[in-house]
Amino acid sequence: MLSTLYAVLFYVATIFMIVGTAMKVLKYARTPAPLKIPVSPAPRTKKGVWFRMFKEVAFFQSLFKSNKWIWIFAVLFHAGMLLVVLRHIRYFTQPVWGWVELIQPIGVYASFAMLIGLLGLLIRRIVVPRIRYISDPSDYLMLILFLGIVITGMGMKFVMPVDILAVKQFFLGLMRFQINELPASPAILTHLGLVAVLMIIFPISKLMHAPGVFFAPSRTQVDNAREFRHLSAWANQLPPLPEGIPEEGDV
Amino acid sequence: MAPKDEVPVITSNSIDDAFKIPKLECGAMADSNTFAAAPEHNEPLGFPGELIDNWQEVAIAKMGELAEKNRAFQVYLDACVKCGACTDKCHYFLGTSDPKNMPVARQDLLRSVYRRYYTFAGKYFPWLVGARDLTREVLDEWYTYYHQCSQCRRCSVSCPYGIDTAEISMAAREILDTVGMGQKYCNEIITKLKKTGNNLGLNPKALRATLEDLEEDLEDETGIPVRLPLDEKGADILLITPSADFFAEPHIDGLLGYAKVFHAAGVSWTISSYASEAANFGMFIGSYENMREVSWRIRQAAKDLGVKRIVFGECGHAWRVGYSFLNTLAGPFDFLDQNYPIPQHIMEFTSDAIDDGILKIDKSKNDEFVMTYHDSCNVARGSAMGRKEGGQFDLPRKVLQSVCNNYHDMDRDTIRENTFCCGGGGGLLTDDLMDLRIKGAKPRMTALQQVTADHGVTHMAAICAICKTQFSKVMPKYGYEMDNIMSVHQLVANAVVLDGQETDDDDAAPQAAATEET
Repeated sequence: MLSTLYAVLFYVATIFMIVGTAMKVLKYARTPAPLKIPVSPAPRTKKGVWFRMFKEVAFFQSLFKSNKWIWIFAVLFHAGMLLVVLRHIRYFTQPVWGWVELIQPIGVYASFAMLIGLLGLLIRRIVVPRIRYISDPSDYLMLILFLGIVITGMGMKFVMPVDILAVKQFFLGLMRFQINELPASPAILTHLGLVAVLMIIFPISKLMHAPGVFFAPSRTQVDNAREFRHLSAWANQLPPLPEGIPEEGDV
Repeated sequence: MAPKDEVPVITSNSIDDAFKIPKLECGAMADSNTFAAAPEHNEPLGFPGELIDNWQEVAIAKMGELAEKNRAFQVYLDACVKCGACTDKCHYFLGTSDPKNMPVARQDLLRSVYRRYYTFAGKYFPWLVGARDLTREVLDEWYTYYHQCSQCRRCSVSCPYGIDTAEISMAAREILDTVGMGQKYCNEIITKLKKTGNNLGLNPKALRATLEDLEEDLEDETGIPVRLPLDEKGADILLITPSADFFAEPHIDGLLGYAKVFHAAGVSWTISSYASEAANFGMFIGSYENMREVSWRIRQAAKDLGVKRIVFGECGHAWRVGYSFLNTLAGPFDFLDQNYPIPQHIMEFTSDAIDDGILKIDKSKNDEFVMTYHDSCNVARGSAMGRKEGGQFDLPRKVLQSVCNNYHDMDRDTIRENTFCCGGGGGLLTDDLMDLRIKGAKPRMTALQQVTADHGVTHMAAICAICKTQFSKVMPKYGYEMDNIMSVHQLVANAVVLDGQETDDDDAAPQAAATEET
C-alpha cells in the first residue's frame, strides 16, 4: 500500500517536473526579446557569450563580484548538491557506472557542504535586515525543504541506516513500471516525500532560476546591434511609419 | 522622515562611505511624488488623458501582454530567488535608506501583483509567495517608486541571473501610462519632441539663430570661421546631439568641441532641425512605439539630407538607444556608408582623429584642471564603443588623457561597469524630484570627494547631457562649484589648435596628438 502510494507519487512528481519545466522553458524560448539589451561590456560573438554564461553557471561570477558571503554559501550548497545528486545515480543504475562509484566518498562529504551552505543562507535571511525585508514565507520554506531533504539523507547515512538495497530495487522497479517493496522507515519516507514535493513545485517556484538563467537577455545576447539588425516578430508587424518629413515651417 | 531639503552631509573622505549600507528606514521616500502628466501630454503619446475607470482590468491585461511580448520581463519576474546580492547596489537606496529602493524590493512591487494574477502559487497561495491584489494604493506605490529608478542597470551587473530592474521599471511605467497615469516630465518632453524635433521645443528659426551666435563666438576665439551647419543637404555627417548642447552649460562647450574636431578633420557635417534631439525619452517610459517614432525622425532626417554617416553627440541614454536600438527601431540603414559604424559616437570619431594624427593638441591648455571621468550609466552598461569590448570605458579616457595632463580615476568599484548613476537619469531630471536627485548623487559625490582629497582632483568630465545638468545642480550641495562638471569635448575644444588659429602664447608649441595611448 505504502509502496504503491510512493510509486504513484514519484510518477506524478516526475511528470510535473519534466512537463512543467519543459512548458515553461518553451514559453521562455518562444517569447521574443524585442530589443538588444545585453548588459555591457558584453561579448561581441556567440562564442564569447558561451564563455560568459559558463563563468556565470559554473562559478557564479557576478555573485562573486557582488557579495562574497552569499557566494560562499551558494557555492557550498550548489556544488554540494551537484555531487550529492551525481552520487545518487547509483540508486538508478545496475551495474553502477565506474565514475559514479569513484565519487561516492566525495558525495558523502558534499552533503556537509550542502548543509553548511543551506544553514548559512537561512541564517543570513533571518539575521540581515535587508534580506529579511525581501523574504516571503516561501523563501524560508524553500530552504527548510532542502534542509529536510539533506538532514534525513545524512541521517540515513550516519545515524540510522535503511535497507538501501531495497530502496534501490524500488526505484529500479519504477523505471520498469513495476512496484517493488519500499522499506517503511520514517527517514526514507520523509526523505522521498520531500524530494517529491520539490519536484512537483519546481516549475511553479523560484527554482525556475535554474533554467531561467539561460534565457536572461541581459546576459545571453551578443553585443552586435550595430552590425546585425535585431527585429522581433511582433515589431515587424507594426504598421509602417510615414516616409519623408513634413514641409518646413511650424507643425 | 527626513526633511525634504536635508542634504546628506559627507563627513569623511573615505571611499567606504560611498558603499556604506544604511539602516532601513521604511517609507523614507514614500512621499516623493513626481508631477503627473496632463491629458495634453498623455494623449499625443497614444495614452488615455487621465486615469481610466477600468484601470485595474487594463493594467492586469497589459502586464500579461508585456510578459508575452518581452522575454526579459517574463524571465526576470520568474527567476529571482531573493538572494539579496543587489540590495546594496542602488545609489537611491544608499542615498535614501528606503528599503523599497533596493532593486529586488522595487521589482517586487510589480512581481507581487504579477504573481497574484499570472502564477499558480500566487493565485492559490498568495500569502506564501507575497502575492497581492492590484489596488489603488499599489498603483500609487508603483508611481512613487518606479519614478525613483534611473534605469542605470547597476543592479543587473550584481545579479547572478542578470535581472535588470530597468526592464521592470520601464514595464511598470508603460503600464501606468496605459491606464492614464503618465509622468509630466517625460510625457511633456516627448510631446514637445513630436512637435518641434527636440526636447526643448526649440523651433528651427531659434535653433539657427543659436548656432549662428555660436559660430561668431568660435570665430572670435580662434580667428577661424568654424561652422555649425544646420539642415545642409549633401553633408557627409548628420550630427544627432542632445538639445541641451544648444543652450546649457557645460553642454554647449562640448558642442563647440565637436565643431572644432569636425573642422580639423575636414569633414562636412550638419545638424538637422527635424531631428534636433539625441535623447529618446520613449525608452524611459518603456514604450517601444514612442521610442520607434522618435528614432524614425533620425532616419528621415538622414535620408532627406542625403548624408553618408550618422554621429551621436555626448548623451548617455541617447547612446544606448543609438547603439543598441536604432538599427532595430529605424533600420536598416542601407543608404548610409557601410564603412563606418551606424551610428557612430563622437568619441569614436575623435579617438580615430587622434590616432590618425589629424588633431593638433596643446595639452597645457587644460593644465588648470585636475580631471576625473564619470562613466555615465547607460553608456557604461547599455552600449559600447569602438571595436573592443569595454571601448565605452577606454575611449573617453584615452581622449581625455590625450588632451589634458592631469587625470585620476575614481575608486574602481564606482567606475566602468560598476559606475554609479549621477542620480538624475531615466526620466528623473526634474525639479519635483530634487530631494531624490541630491540623495541619489551621494555615492558618486563621495567617490569624487575621495579623489579630490587624495589627488587634488578639481573637475569631473562626463559624456551625458543628463549627468552634466544633474551634476551642475547637485555638486554645489557637496562642496563643489556648478562648473566643476565638464563635457569631455569641452576639454578637447580647449586643447585643439586649428590650422591658422591665432594663439596668444606662442611659446607653448602645439604638438600633434601622440598615439601611444592606444
